[in-house]
Amino acid sequence: MKYNWNWGILFEDPYFGWLISGIQWTLMVSAIAWIIAFSLGSIVGVARTVDSRWARGLGTAYVEGFRNVPLLVQMFLWFYVVPELVPEDLGRWMKRDMPFPEATSAILCLGTYTASRVAEQVRAGIESIPRGQKAAGYAMGLTTFQVYRHLLVPVGYRIIVPPLTSEFLTIFKNSSLALTIGVAEVLFQARQIENYTFQGFEAFTAATLIYLVVTMIVVLIMGYVEQRARIPGYGVQREP
Amino acid sequence: MIEIEHVNKWFGSFQVLKDNSSSISKGEVVVICGPSGSGKSTLIKCVNGLEPFQEGRITVDGVSVGDSATNLPKLRSQIGMVFQNFELFPHMTAMQNICLAQTKVLGRSQDEATERTQKLLDRVGLGDLGYKYPSELSGGQQQRVAIARALAMDPIAMLFDEPTSALDPEMINEVLDVMQELARSGMTMMVVTHEMGFARRVADRVIFMDEGEIVEDATKEDFFGKPRSDRAQLFLSKILEH
Amino acid sequence: MLLDFDFGVIIRSLPYLGQGMMLSLSLTLLAAAGSIVLGTILALMRLSGIGPLMWIGATWVNFFRSLPLLLVIFWFYFLVPLVVQRQVDAFQSALIGFILFEAAYYCEIMRSGILSISRGQASAGYALGLRYSQCMRFIVLPQAFRNMMPVLLTQTIILFQDTSLVFVVGLADFMTSAVTVAQRDSRLVELYVFAAFVYFVICYSGSLYVKYLQKKIHR
Repeated sequence: MKYNWNWGILFEDPYFGWLISGIQWTLMVSAIAWIIAFSLGSIVGVARTVDSRWARGLGTAYVEGFRNVPLLVQMFLWFYVVPELVPEDLGRWMKRDMPFPEATSAILCLGTYTASRVAEQVRAGIESIPRGQKAAGYAMGLTTFQVYRHLLVPVGYRIIVPPLTSEFLTIFKNSSLALTIGVAEVLFQARQIENYTFQGFEAFTAATLIYLVVTMIVVLIMGYVEQRARIPGYGVQREP
Repeated sequence: MIEIEHVNKWFGSFQVLKDNSSSISKGEVVVICGPSGSGKSTLIKCVNGLEPFQEGRITVDGVSVGDSATNLPKLRSQIGMVFQNFELFPHMTAMQNICLAQTKVLGRSQDEATERTQKLLDRVGLGDLGYKYPSELSGGQQQRVAIARALAMDPIAMLFDEPTSALDPEMINEVLDVMQELARSGMTMMVVTHEMGFARRVADRVIFMDEGEIVEDATKEDFFGKPRSDRAQLFLSKILEH
Repeated sequence: MLLDFDFGVIIRSLPYLGQGMMLSLSLTLLAAAGSIVLGTILALMRLSGIGPLMWIGATWVNFFRSLPLLLVIFWFYFLVPLVVQRQVDAFQSALIGFILFEAAYYCEIMRSGILSISRGQASAGYALGLRYSQCMRFIVLPQAFRNMMPVLLTQTIILFQDTSLVFVVGLADFMTSAVTVAQRDSRLVELYVFAAFVYFVICYSGSLYVKYLQKKIHR
C-alpha cells in the first residue's frame, strides 16, 4: 500500500478550523433536531395509546409514513420539494429569505423523522405499564389528561431512557446526511479535506474519532441520567 | 346509596353480567363472593364506571354512572377503590401517592394534603413509612397505603376488589384489620373477597355470584346459616374445607 | 402545484429507474446475506465465554454502531482501492462496507435470539452427545433464526432504505437514478415524490408482512 502519511495536516490552517466548525454544525443540528424529535415524538407516541380512534390513526399514519421512506429521500423532499408545495409566499420566503436554508431543512427533516422513532419508544414505554395503574388513576377521580400527565408519561419516560439515548445517538449519526444538501458538518469537512489534500486516511480517521468520542460522552452522561431517573426497585433493567 | 338495576354487560358476544340488581344502603358492608370468572370484579368496576355496561342502570348517591352527562372523574373521586394488585404508582413515595389526587382533583393545598396524609398513614399503622417507595414496602404495607390513598378523598363509599388475594398469608390480617376498623366507623363498603372469616365478622350482607348472575343476596346470618341455592352450598363447602 | 405534476417524465424514465431499483435490490440481498452470516459469527463470539473472542465481538459491535453509515461508505470507497492497489467497482466497495457495518446490528439480533432459547435446549443436545458446534447448528440456531425472523426482516427493510446512501459515491441505485433524472429534466418535485412513494410502498408492504409473520409465530 503506497501512501504518503501526513497526520500533521489535520492541525494545519485552514483544515483544523474546518473540522472544528464541522463539529459545531453537527452538534447544533443534532441538538435542535432532538428537541423537535423529543417533543413531537412524545405527542405522537401518546396519541397512539389514547382511546380516540382518530388520534390513534393519525399517530400510526405519522409513524408508518416517516419510517418507511429512506431518510435521504426525506432530506431531498424537505430541501427541494417542500418549498414548491407550500403556499407560494411561504415557498418564496423559504427559498430566498429563510436563514440557513440547508441547516433548517436538515433540522426539520431529522427532527420529524426521529420523532416517528421516539413515538414508538414512548408508546412502548406507556404500554408496558400495567393496565391497573390507569384504572387506579381513574378510580381516584383523575381525568385522562391527569392520568397521562402524572402517571403514565413520567413512568413511561423513565422506562425508555436507554432506548431514547440510542435514538439521540441515531440523530447524531444521521445528521451526517445533511451533507447531501450542503450542510458543512463534520463528515462534509472531512471529505472536503480529502478533496483538497488527498489525505483521505487522516481526514476520515479524524471524523471517525470525533464520532466515537461524542458517542462515548453521550453514553456516559446518559448512564448517569438513567441512574438518577430510575425508580427504586422498579423493573427498569439493563441488558444482561 | 348504591342502586344496581338490571345491569347486563357483554364482552363481545360473551355475557359477563346477567340482569344484576341490588341495593346497598348507607353504612352497609356487603361482601361479594363467588367462583373466579363469576363477574364479581366486573360488577364492582361498573359501580365507579371503570367498566362500561350496555344495559341497566347504576346510581351512586343519586348520580347515574352510565349516563354520558355524568362527570365521571368527580363521581370517582367520591368513591374509593382498592385493587387486587395495589396499583400504587411506582415513581412516587407512599406520601406522594396519597397526596396526588388530593391536590390535583380536590384542589387541596400541599400543606393540607400532607397533614391529612400523615393522619391517614397513622390510621393504617404506617405513620413513619411515608417516605418509602412502593417497592420498598411489603405487600401488606402497600395495600394499606392504597387504602389510605382511597380514604384521602373522603369517599362516601369504598370498593374493594379482592384486596388480599395477591398477599402472602401472613400479611392478610393486617389488611383485613384496617378494613374491619373502617367498617366499624360506618363506611359504606362493597368488598369482593374469598375471605369468609372476614365476611362472617364484618359483613351485613353477602352477595353470591356465579356465571354472571347474582344467585344469592342475603343477610350474613341467612347466607352462612342456610344458603338456598345448590351452587352457593357447593361454593361454601369448597371454600370452608380449608 | 400538483396540477402541473408531470407524470410523463416518470413514465419516460421508468426503464432507467428500474435498472437502478435492480441494483438497490441486489445490493440489499447480497449485503443482508453477508451480514447475517457475519453477524451470527460475531454473536457466537460474543457468547463464547472466551475472553479475546468476546472482546473482538463486543468491540466490533460498539465500534460500528457508533459511526454513521455514510462515514463507513466513504471509508471503503476510499480505502478498498488503496488496499488492493487497483481500481475497484464502487459496488464492491459499498458491498463490503455494508456487510461489515450491518453485521454489527444483525449480531445483536442474533445474540438476543440465541439468548431467548432456554439453556435446557442446549443441555438436552449435549445430553444426546452432540458437540458444541452441532448443538448450535441443529438445535439453537434454527430456533433462534425462527424466533428472530421478524426482527431480521425489519432490519433488512432498514438495510434496503440504507442502500439509498450509495448516492454519495455515485453508484447508480434507484435513488441515484432518480436524482440523475430529476436534475437532467429539472423535475425535482416529480422524481423525489415518486422515489418516496416507491420506497414507501416497498417498505410498508415489507413491514405488513413482518406483522403477519409475528402473528404467525405467536400463535
